[in-house]
Amino acid sequence: MEKSVVEKNVWNGGVRPMVASYGKLMMWFFLMTDALTFSAFLGAYGFQRFVHADAWPVADEVFNHFPFLHGEYPMLFVALMTFILIMSSVTMVLAVHHGNKMNKKGVLIWLGLTIIGGLIFLGSQAWEWSHFIHGTYNGALLGADGSIAHYVAGTTNEIIRHGQVLTGDAAAAFIASASEIQGANLLANEYGHPLFGDFFFFITGFHGFHVFSGVVILIIIFINVLRDTYEKRGHYEMVEKVGLYWHFVDLVWVFVFTFFYLV
Amino acid sequence: MAESGSTRQIWIVFWILFVLTTVEVLLGIFKPAFMLENAVIGVSLLNHTFIILTIIKAYYIVGTFMHLGHEKKSLQISIVAPMWVLVPYLLFILLCEASFHGAIG
Repeated sequence: MEKSVVEKNVWNGGVRPMVASYGKLMMWFFLMTDALTFSAFLGAYGFQRFVHADAWPVADEVFNHFPFLHGEYPMLFVALMTFILIMSSVTMVLAVHHGNKMNKKGVLIWLGLTIIGGLIFLGSQAWEWSHFIHGTYNGALLGADGSIAHYVAGTTNEIIRHGQVLTGDAAAAFIASASEIQGANLLANEYGHPLFGDFFFFITGFHGFHVFSGVVILIIIFINVLRDTYEKRGHYEMVEKVGLYWHFVDLVWVFVFTFFYLV
Repeated sequence: MAESGSTRQIWIVFWILFVLTTVEVLLGIFKPAFMLENAVIGVSLLNHTFIILTIIKAYYIVGTFMHLGHEKKSLQISIVAPMWVLVPYLLFILLCEASFHGAIG
């Protein structure tokens, strides 16, 4: 690399005050702004949840199914998804590790595993969405006022609405005005307030799109590694930069997991 | 370029994340009564625990996996400081407003 007097000048980008390349620095700043975007989404979720606290569904009563198993298993599937994403973060960090050692084979193995982890996560999310959209076997009652109620198990004239059991005339009046609803869409869902469904689709969808873009970028990088692009360039910094993005996707999921499923 | 340490640190962090997530999931399933009933500044102890564990996980992901812990101090601060200032500020405003929403109709 040629070093002229101009390049060494502080005011012409000749030195790197943060000792990070332009690309890496910009990736960091992009991720920081993206984190602010996700904070705004989760903050808005919190806002609406506080406002509609009485009509807000309990997440582990909504997401309590596990593929191929009958019965209720709250949290388990989403915990599995979290472990898959953490694991793919580990494989990514190992790919970067081998990249720093200029070990092409190591990069390919760990990058390949990261891509597989990402694809498994996307598949899990598709399953979760499908289950959310199709709903439960029993469905729920959508009142004329937009509130959601469920039959008390084993009865057809007693309902639970906003955590309160209604019987007799009050229940009959609600049932008469209500319509059956099953599953979820953007206008209504059987679990509770419509905004719960909207935020679920929007936040997990936005995160899922990040994962999808991440997988696409990882595949491009994988092909580049195969074609010796970085071997010729002399360093695997591109793997490191994409790794930053991938870890960020994991990081966001850690927060989505907490605020959507746990809190 | 990042310095190439051993993979030992990576696996240590993996186990930390694994254990913390397992603790979160177990708390989420069993919901201990004393944590659910006691609240500090309007949030139950259980939710405080979840949030603290999440921030610890974020610290390890950003610090070790994203290697920010080994970057220059100025880079660390320029990434972390905006988050620590803007996010709590935004959440404070949103959540305070939300708790008054019913009162002003």
